[in-house]
Amino acid sequence: MLRFLGLRLGRALLTVLLVATFAFFVLRLSGDPAMIMLGPDAPMEAIVAFRKAWGLDEPIWMQYLSYLGAILRGDLGISMRDGRSVVTLVAERIPATLELTIPTLLLKLAIGIPAGIYAALHRDSIIDRMVMFTAIIGFTMPSFVIGLILVLIFSVTLGWLPSGGQDTWMHAILPIATMSIGGAAVLARFSRSAMIEVLGQPYIRTASAKGVPWPRVVRGHALPNGAIPIVTIVGFMVGTLVAGAVIVESLFSWPGVGRLLIVSVANRDLAVVQAILLLIAATMVSANLIVDLLYGFLDPRLRETHKAA
Amino acid sequence: MNAPLIAAHDLVKTYTSKRGFFAKPTAVRAVDGISLSVDKEMTLGIVGESGSGKSTTGRLVLGLEPATSGSVTFDRTPMPGQKTPEWRAARKRMQLVYQDPLSALDRRLTIAAQIREPLDIHRVGTASERADRARELMEAVGLRSDQAGRYPHELSGGQRQRVVIARAIACGPELLVCDEPVSALDVSIQAQVVNLLRDLQERTGIAMIFISHDLKVVRNVSDRIAVMYLGRIVEEGPSEEVFGNPLHPYTQALVSSVPVPGVRLRDRIILEGEPPNPAARPSGCPFHPRCRFAMARCEDQAPAHVSVDDRRKVACHLLDVAVPFSISRQSA
Amino acid sequence: MSLVNIRDLKVAFDGVQVLHGIDLNIEKGEAVGLVGESGCGKSVTWLAALGLLPKKATVSGEVLVDGQNLVGAPRRELESIRGRRIAMIFQDSSSSLNPVLRVGRQIEEAIRLHRGLGGRAARAEARRLLDLVGIPDAERRLDNYPHEFSGGQNQRVMIAMALAGNPDLLVADEPTTALDATIQAQILDLLAMLRAETGMGVVFISHDLGAVSQICERVCVMYAGRIVETSSTERLFESPRHPYTRGLFDAIPTLDGGRTRLVPIEGTVPDPARLPRGCGFSPRCGRASEACRSRIPALTMTDIDRSVACFDPIPPVLSRFAPAGSPYPMLEVA
Repeated sequence: MLRFLGLRLGRALLTVLLVATFAFFVLRLSGDPAMIMLGPDAPMEAIVAFRKAWGLDEPIWMQYLSYLGAILRGDLGISMRDGRSVVTLVAERIPATLELTIPTLLLKLAIGIPAGIYAALHRDSIIDRMVMFTAIIGFTMPSFVIGLILVLIFSVTLGWLPSGGQDTWMHAILPIATMSIGGAAVLARFSRSAMIEVLGQPYIRTASAKGVPWPRVVRGHALPNGAIPIVTIVGFMVGTLVAGAVIVESLFSWPGVGRLLIVSVANRDLAVVQAILLLIAATMVSANLIVDLLYGFLDPRLRETHKAA
Repeated sequence: MNAPLIAAHDLVKTYTSKRGFFAKPTAVRAVDGISLSVDKEMTLGIVGESGSGKSTTGRLVLGLEPATSGSVTFDRTPMPGQKTPEWRAARKRMQLVYQDPLSALDRRLTIAAQIREPLDIHRVGTASERADRARELMEAVGLRSDQAGRYPHELSGGQRQRVVIARAIACGPELLVCDEPVSALDVSIQAQVVNLLRDLQERTGIAMIFISHDLKVVRNVSDRIAVMYLGRIVEEGPSEEVFGNPLHPYTQALVSSVPVPGVRLRDRIILEGEPPNPAARPSGCPFHPRCRFAMARCEDQAPAHVSVDDRRKVACHLLDVAVPFSISRQSA
Repeated sequence: MSLVNIRDLKVAFDGVQVLHGIDLNIEKGEAVGLVGESGCGKSVTWLAALGLLPKKATVSGEVLVDGQNLVGAPRRELESIRGRRIAMIFQDSSSSLNPVLRVGRQIEEAIRLHRGLGGRAARAEARRLLDLVGIPDAERRLDNYPHEFSGGQNQRVMIAMALAGNPDLLVADEPTTALDATIQAQILDLLAMLRAETGMGVVFISHDLGAVSQICERVCVMYAGRIVETSSTERLFESPRHPYTRGLFDAIPTLDGGRTRLVPIEGTVPDPARLPRGCGFSPRCGRASEACRSRIPALTMTDIDRSVACFDPIPPVLSRFAPAGSPYPMLEVA
């Protein structure tokens, strides 16, 4: 068990490292921070001074190594834009993002999974078709389109809800709704196919043949098996808790991590972008790790190392 | 006596499997010292249950998998190493027919194209000669020429198996190894395919190794039978004798497990226990945990093959000359 | 009154008729074999009887158990019959058991349902059943999962689960087909023993005539969705009357049959969507006449306990086992 965990943890760390490296190199290949920060009219000396101050004149390998060293020390650098510690900067924003993503996740789960399961149990019925139709619309429309439509209806036309900012709890409604629609749609479709697959298995027929009442067959036999694939995708959704709101935060001017990321990329504020990418990687990887552990709990076949004769 | 067409000597195949992330690799001996030989125009049947290693033996004999130790000689030359040009050329002379025809066939090619493929690969004859030969082969296996343009999923199971056989004999091989060729087919179709194989043998003198768990079918097709248990041959001999008068306790149980109408269950030998797991091999004779005649010796020492007469071999301590047992009484 | 009366049972999938009116009676304690090749409808018959077919199947006719018709019956009625009066076990035992639940729990579920026992009593009973079906070390194995058992053992577990409700009839759908020969013998032995001890009836569905003959007194042969012959096992083997049954016997090799050429049945089983106009077997039948090709023969009684659906059945062989009241004289044993 310990070795299992150890191996997984090792892989997780490797993934995070790779993401950090990728972020590092890609960012530096895509435009000069000095130019962007200081503007195109800045004098040459200012640009050179800027670069020297931020260590951008050193060879790239040295920058990379000092970057890694700094991370290991917990020092994620300083924002080029306002000079504050990146850790503080990002940490400030996390609660705002979570205010959106956590309710969204809960809504997605509460709506998507039951809808999908219901559709699977009543396959090819009117309800099933309606649910699927709605789901298709939900996940094929890009989130900003959904967001804009909602803004158009509820802010502009009806004037019920505000369209931007974080001032009151009412400001959270539209962003949450936007993200929930897409996510619930995906979950509904996924849960449906997972359940249909499970319901077609021979052991469901055996349970019915035993005389087990159908509701109990679903609860006691189908759901525990259907949970396994559903947990995978929920795990993925949990992994996006900090970063999944990028588009929506920008659309609704919500001051969260996602918005910070967009602004920092535009400004080539390297340290901030790197830090946020690291955060995303760490979250995703942890979520996956938890899912892997959950699998062992949900599916006894994965626990065994030696099959009996 | 002519040298046999193919002879395997002391074949061993060990797989190392790692189960899970933190188990140490276990060595599984699927085949544990198999020696056999097949003459031209002869059929050797290999029977056994799961874990017996019979399918692995079939692949080793054809050189489709490298043996961990032991050797295979085909037509007096050693089997070439895998993937060498000589090995590829040897494919013309020996072929394998599997159990599931649907997965053995490419679903995107017409059956005529697939029957022709070996001819193309080995560059036999000219293009038009190959087309003719493909047509001949289809006829030989009982397929109608109007089916040439069909795809595998449009045919029945029996027809697909015929396509597989036609493809296998396209280059005129001298040896055909059939691994459960009829098990997936309906009973009435099995007879068609079995007859086909037998007719083929009569016409072309091809040698066959027929691997199956279905004793009745093997009996019908084979001249000689080898009974395998946990990677070893426990009994081998002419089919009438092996099934008519089985000497090894496992063969006896196997033969008695075939339901015969009129013979009540009571008179049959029911083997206790589970089919063997090659990963947990018993010491000594592999059959001793389930053998109703097991003696102390069976646990310690693996029995060697004892020749009962010049055509039959049994690996059992009961027939060992050293043990006071009358052999003549057994083989009467 | 029979335990189960099946009358004119018809099943169609998406408009394609696969069962064309099955009539079958099973008496209490009887062991009946249902034999046929793929597509003949032998499994569908009993899946339909117990209401286990998917919704897209259209079922009509009558399946009477205790006077109740199960066809079209509400779910609750079906659930009260399943497992309690009639239990069914299936071919692929390893995938017919829930992989994420312990075996003991799955057996206890049936016990709780049908015997009203709970807690420790249920577990004790589950243990007794596992012992009964020959699983060694039953107490410990109750806590194992299905993947920790072999194929043969899983089949025993299924049988134990089926026995939990003390059913009057066990329908076994190809229970030995996927198993090794020596394990098949064990399972057949087990079924015979259970039958002798509990007086339970058995419907043994299989393509293997030999296996069926070990357990069953009576055999029904099915072809293309119809029953084409029924007979006592002994008479069927002595003197099959339907050309298909005869064809099956000729096509199956025997251990002592030497290397004789088998006589296959030419052609293939027809596609249910494209059945021939008359008798379903006529395209493959050596004895087929114009009448056979234009009209469908009904299942008619030819003797006590024998019926054939054929216009020109094979003449009977004189019997060594003359049933009481039979018009055929006893044959002198040579």
